[in-house]
Amino acid sequence: MTTATATGRTSTSPGTIVPSEPVKRRRMKSSYPTWFFIPAGVFYVVLFLIPTIASFYFSLTRWTLFDVEFIGFDNFVRFFQEPQLVQGFVNTFIYAFLTSGLKVVLGLLLGVFLSSQIIGRGFLRATVFFPVLVSTIGVGILFQVLMDPFGGPINEVLATVGIPGPGWLTDPSLALVSVALVDVWKGVGLATLIYIAGMVAIPHEYFEAAKVDGAGAWNNFRHITLPLLRPATVTVVLLSLIGGLRSFDLIWTMTGGGPGFTSDVLASVVYKQYQAGFFGLSTAGNVVLFVVVAAIIFPLSWWLNRKGDEQ
Amino acid sequence: MVPRSPRRSIVAIGAGGLVLSLALAGCTAGGSDSDGGAVTLSYLVDNQEATVETAEALADAFMAENPDIKVEVESRPQGADGDNLIKTRLATGEMSDVFAYNSGSLFQALSPDSTLVDLSDQEWVDTLDENFVRTVSTEKAIYGVPMGQSMAGAVIYNKDIYADLGLEIPTTWEEFIANSEAIKAAGTAAPIVQTYGDTWTSQLFVLGDFNNVLAEDPDWAEKYTSNEAKYVDEPALAGFEHQQEAFDAGLFNEDFASAKYADGVAMVATGEGAQYPILTFAASQLMTTNPEAADTVGTFPLPGPDASANGLTVWMPNGVYIPKSTEGDKLEAAKTFVAFLATPESCDIQSETTAPQGPFVIDGCELPDDVPAIVSDLQPYFDEGKTNLALEFLSPIKGPALEQITVAVGSGITRAADGAAQYDEDVKKQAQQLGLEGW
Amino acid sequence: MRNVAWRWGGGSVAILVAIIVFIVPFAFIVFTAGKTQAEASFLEFTWPTEWVFFDNIVTVLENRDFLLIRAFVNSTILTVAAVSIMVVLGAMVGYVLQRRKSRWNPLVNGLVLAGLIIPPAVVPTIWVLQGLGLFKTLVGLIAVHVAFGLSFCILLFRAFVATIPRELDEAAIIDGAGPVKLFFRVIFPLLKSVIVTVIVVQAVTVFNDFAFALYFLPGDENATVQLTTFNYRAQSVSAFNLLFADVLLITIPPLIMYIVFQRQIVAGMTSGAVKG
Repeated sequence: MTTATATGRTSTSPGTIVPSEPVKRRRMKSSYPTWFFIPAGVFYVVLFLIPTIASFYFSLTRWTLFDVEFIGFDNFVRFFQEPQLVQGFVNTFIYAFLTSGLKVVLGLLLGVFLSSQIIGRGFLRATVFFPVLVSTIGVGILFQVLMDPFGGPINEVLATVGIPGPGWLTDPSLALVSVALVDVWKGVGLATLIYIAGMVAIPHEYFEAAKVDGAGAWNNFRHITLPLLRPATVTVVLLSLIGGLRSFDLIWTMTGGGPGFTSDVLASVVYKQYQAGFFGLSTAGNVVLFVVVAAIIFPLSWWLNRKGDEQ
Repeated sequence: MVPRSPRRSIVAIGAGGLVLSLALAGCTAGGSDSDGGAVTLSYLVDNQEATVETAEALADAFMAENPDIKVEVESRPQGADGDNLIKTRLATGEMSDVFAYNSGSLFQALSPDSTLVDLSDQEWVDTLDENFVRTVSTEKAIYGVPMGQSMAGAVIYNKDIYADLGLEIPTTWEEFIANSEAIKAAGTAAPIVQTYGDTWTSQLFVLGDFNNVLAEDPDWAEKYTSNEAKYVDEPALAGFEHQQEAFDAGLFNEDFASAKYADGVAMVATGEGAQYPILTFAASQLMTTNPEAADTVGTFPLPGPDASANGLTVWMPNGVYIPKSTEGDKLEAAKTFVAFLATPESCDIQSETTAPQGPFVIDGCELPDDVPAIVSDLQPYFDEGKTNLALEFLSPIKGPALEQITVAVGSGITRAADGAAQYDEDVKKQAQQLGLEGW
Repeated sequence: MRNVAWRWGGGSVAILVAIIVFIVPFAFIVFTAGKTQAEASFLEFTWPTEWVFFDNIVTVLENRDFLLIRAFVNSTILTVAAVSIMVVLGAMVGYVLQRRKSRWNPLVNGLVLAGLIIPPAVVPTIWVLQGLGLFKTLVGLIAVHVAFGLSFCILLFRAFVATIPRELDEAAIIDGAGPVKLFFRVIFPLLKSVIVTVIVVQAVTVFNDFAFALYFLPGDENATVQLTTFNYRAQSVSAFNLLFADVLLITIPPLIMYIVFQRQIVAGMTSGAVKG
């Protein structure tokens, strides 16, 4: 895909060298027609935007699915009084930053490593990516079994080298981290794939030029690979952070937020309200969750993209 | 499910290769097959193996008698996913023609008056146990027919261990703890089995204690519904305290935090564990996995402070309901099917396909003679009237977070009093959601 | 010399680590799927003493009147249709969004991010589907997946369109290509490697989804593959051998897809390396 020329986006920004005759500009403009948004927009508006706006209204109601009663902001007040909410917030941030950080670091290292000339590269790529293919339910069940404190294979192995294995999912102080590690296990393949795709996009000339200059591997990585992998990093950071902040299916499968409430995150608190039939309350919780995630993601995305444009 | 010719599916595979042809095969296999004039009913049950088997056996027997009605069994997930699915499909008018669901407080949360078909005028209503009728009714109407038997929330125990150690069935909490300490001292079995790998099992100390709560305050349920009685106060607090006490005394099995319900039943059956507070539908689990222990595992009520009030806390069977979205011919067929479910013939089929868990609630329905000891041990309490309904059948309020709270109390994460206070808060939401007076 | 050490040493160490971290859990699934019910219940990482793998597979396939087969058909149609639509529509948006600086861009960008962030509102969505007459149809479920998958596609496409030189657009425009031709003939083919990424990721998401299927396409006739695992988790006797056999079976289609497309990724890389 880096085909044709060496003029990647990384050289002088191509947009600025376009001749500025008015006629040509108009032609350029019409070559990128706005109606390209429409087909996607129809799906988006009808099945996402309209239901979402409707649900914002329901967050202001006491809603049993059968009856609706408008109660203003009571749901929000009540949501903030949830006993497990503070813990839920803390857990959400721990989980999101832990998984996101590990996915970026491991994904970057693996992406670079699996782009270099090593034996078994195809095998390794397939292996790292494999967990992405398994369903969350499958992974959850699998690790529940592997991490069983009594007779689970992980602790059996630890026992043979004399380490008493902890209750990975049953120890209140460990459960959340255990799930986060499984999340990374499952998700790092995707981050790696994005980084590999990013590596492909780096024109080889850069490395060859660097070679002529006698740059070492570290310098290559530091001054060529890392900056040019920026778009990939932005994508991985945004996706994994959003995923981490919203994440709940793996937590739900593996611990159900337990033991007790110790591995509850915002999304699982919201989900519990939903499953209890507090539909208004849970939509209010969803609004809160959305605001929290948006408050982190929008500035971050803006900042990352702006820095990208500056370069 | 209606036996569908497997040949057709195989043909569908044979046609495979092209996605398009698969798509076509999928369409024909997916189409509803009503055979000229006959009515087809869909019957939704939870996807537990035993439930599906029973439902299919009932459907087959019904179809043999009513050749012009076809019943197709559908299944849904259990637990919260299932609850949501039921509510979602009811609210959107997309419910199956007939469906099985809990009675009591979960039934009340379905807004029965606006979503279900009134069955008060059906003949079989008179044959039902009064207590059951209350749990599937609103002030306006009766909506359900029972599926399965009533059961108790009680302690199942290993009779061999009790015999070996010369223990008596405890009638007070002190005796229960003394027995448990004796079992612990003997060192061969876990005195009390807990299985927090399935969180719902953790609630029994609290829910199963309700007979004792009512013994001290017969009006507790009404007071509770009208926001006057609380779990932070005695007598209701005792359930939480007992759970904490048992944890503090180290009476639980080593793997209580990760063990599952099936493990718990197996432990009592094999003598690895001595006592396990659970619902007596454990009989079905026991008869599937450890049938040899049918006479070894017995039942006694969770004891309270007063030996004279010792008795069972009883759960009513699930109900089978018809949603308002079922109309016309289908409605008539559905009523015929539901009437069939209330016959002794239906009861017999139920006890043949699944081990019974307690007495039936329909006149003329008898348990077979060879029920496991878990169930036969219950009979004296029923005969002597030493039973009370569980709270969820006397009050529409049941807080959704109880199982997490009792796991926290039973794992030493939360103290009993704090857990009870959390639960009172939790209950408030439910009461407000139901629009009850005084909240 | 250094390169050779890296090539073999690094590779070998990596393979060893990969086997422990990734292959062992997979082997655990396979072994358990090959055991008898009694042996599987011990959940040990051992070679099955009695290898009943194919019996288990057949049991799983035959269960509930070949429910799994129907589920495979449904899931395949669903995945192919939803992902194709997503890729084309997502690429169109991502492309215009990156190429054309307009005052609508911040709004569209915001909506794209919102699409990633906001969780689905189940009941209102059902109402919309009912209004369109698409509830309980595969088409409806496809549309829902498209609506919720678009954001991710757009995000990736936008990022990678940025790496395609604008000179290519200009050359095509000068040759007289209209916007549709420009996009489908020139740009779309160049997006190959990111398209592969998007296809793989979204196909996995759609194929592995169970929540949407549960709510928007109820009924056993319409079951998708993930819902079949419920049948084994719900049994009174924990049948881990059958559960894992099921998990294994439903993991095969994504695995095949990945193996097919992995060559494409590598091919894309090679051509890039040769020409670049």
